[in-house]
Amino acid sequence: MSLLTRVRLNRTETIAPTPPSAPKPPRRPTLGGLASSSFLWLYAAISITPLLLMVSNSLRTTQDMATQPLGLPLPPDFSSYQKAWITASFETYFVNSVFVTVGSVLLSTAVSLLAAYAFARTKSKFFLALEGLFLSGLMLPVYLAILPLFFMLDSLGLTSNLWSLIFIYGALGIPFSTFVLASFFRQLPIELDEAARLDGAGPFATFWRVHLPLVRPAIATVIVFRFVPVWNDFFYPLILIRDQDKYTLPVGITRFFGEYQTDWATLFAGLTLATIPLVVVFLIATKQIVSGLTAGMSK
Amino acid sequence: MTTTTLRPRRGPTRTGIQLSRRTGMVFVLPALLLFVVFIAYPLFTALSYSFFGWTGINRGEFVWFDNYVTLFTKLPYRDDIPNAFFHNILLFAGAMVFQNTIGLTLASLLHRRKRFKRFFQTMITMPYLVSPLVIGYLWSLMLSPLFGPVNATLRAVGLGDAAQPWLGNPSTAIWVVVFVTAWQWVGFPVLLYGAALGGIPEEINEAASLDGATAWQRFYTITFPMLVPAIGTVSVLTFIGAMEAFPIPYALGGSMGNPAGATDVLSLLFYRTAFESGSSNAIGTSSAIATLLFLFIFGVAMFITWFMRRAERKIF
Repeated sequence: MSLLTRVRLNRTETIAPTPPSAPKPPRRPTLGGLASSSFLWLYAAISITPLLLMVSNSLRTTQDMATQPLGLPLPPDFSSYQKAWITASFETYFVNSVFVTVGSVLLSTAVSLLAAYAFARTKSKFFLALEGLFLSGLMLPVYLAILPLFFMLDSLGLTSNLWSLIFIYGALGIPFSTFVLASFFRQLPIELDEAARLDGAGPFATFWRVHLPLVRPAIATVIVFRFVPVWNDFFYPLILIRDQDKYTLPVGITRFFGEYQTDWATLFAGLTLATIPLVVVFLIATKQIVSGLTAGMSK
Repeated sequence: MTTTTLRPRRGPTRTGIQLSRRTGMVFVLPALLLFVVFIAYPLFTALSYSFFGWTGINRGEFVWFDNYVTLFTKLPYRDDIPNAFFHNILLFAGAMVFQNTIGLTLASLLHRRKRFKRFFQTMITMPYLVSPLVIGYLWSLMLSPLFGPVNATLRAVGLGDAAQPWLGNPSTAIWVVVFVTAWQWVGFPVLLYGAALGGIPEEINEAASLDGATAWQRFYTITFPMLVPAIGTVSVLTFIGAMEAFPIPYALGGSMGNPAGATDVLSLLFYRTAFESGSSNAIGTSSAIATLLFLFIFGVAMFITWFMRRAERKIF
């Protein structure tokens, strides 16, 4: 094959993301290939082993772990899950976390969609400045404003209230969500708006019926990507939630680690319970997570 | 989130079809309201708190910079702040080294890989998505002196002498925090560098090798410059993350940064001062810590962004 055709072939490859794989002759493993493979396997093991150990140990008894720190869960013992879920109130924490996460992600996505649409379809300095203000939230350590937030909610009797967490996380999601959504709205051709206008649609109808369906992939990215930090956040509930019945999972875990210090099996089960939803989300929405992490990379 | 795109860009501009200012305002209002009430207003108030003397939750008189002077002259702050700050810097340095050596290597190996690419990507990124608090507690169990799997493994392979109370020993505890943090974060640069490497057209490398460029020359003159924006993003976010570190040190060393302050970081110090110190001026002092930390994080993040943008302009 001449060099010229090779270069051309490569170009078509970069354009089509997944070229139909032509049957290639099996390549003999080179030394470099072997080294790179073993490095990847080694690091993948370093990366995943602690999480596997967490799951595996949650299926063993504490006594078993004490006598044999490196054993396997044979036969698996599920009693510590029951203990964590019911006796250690993980059920309550879990339900609270789901409520807060779903509520705040919906809130921040809804308000960010509206704002992002406005940012993409206006051109005055005023809106540019507002967008800059929102974006600055990506770099500001906003959690340091916890004291005034605490006093504000306290004076309204809203500490230990899950709704206050929903509003706070809703606000915290705005910088990232408007950033991703506005860049999507900007890619939509202005002719769409013109056509909608000619058909007599007002700005809201244009937003709702024309634009919204087109930015669905971005909405999925924003939802999935905000789910993770909200589900994991520990700082706000640690300070704002005093009532144990209102604990979310992360604060619940700190209390649980104090109380069940020696009950290793239950501790591992609790950690696993807090992690399962994330793994599920990650496995079904890898694409959205990756595009969220790399948002803005494709210039 | 790239440094280069952190600036709002103007959309398609064509007069007559843009939203009027009033309509635009209606669309922006809900987000603006949330942002002002829960982010902007508390932030400005928090900064103002640091200029007052406080008795419990009652605000006293305006004391200018007294609270700041306290931080640098009175115990325990005089000792705690440099100690915690040093640990934050170690976290930043450790994570940067880890991400830009192991992380970059993993990303470029994955980039060239066809088989199991997705599998490796998932395995390597998984810890990044798990709650840092869970990660911290998980490692505290793994490193437990007697029954922890780490020491058990060391003993099993005949390295029993290396087995030790990792988190009980002040000289190893901070390195555990650094390692666990870097280990958790590495998935992010792997993905980001992966995306950046994917954006480099294959023809450039082909052309360069046709011209006789060695692998190192190609990396240095093609790959590395193309990675600069991604490195900038990783640096900024790693810096912010390292300065804000809270859940992992909390899980590994408690709110006191045990043992003996060996794992203390600035956010823990702020939390402790505000909510656990029992000092009557807790609000004034902790707000001064918060303000300094705030200015430092924002200032340095802006500086890195500016510096990277300049580096990009020089390259392209």
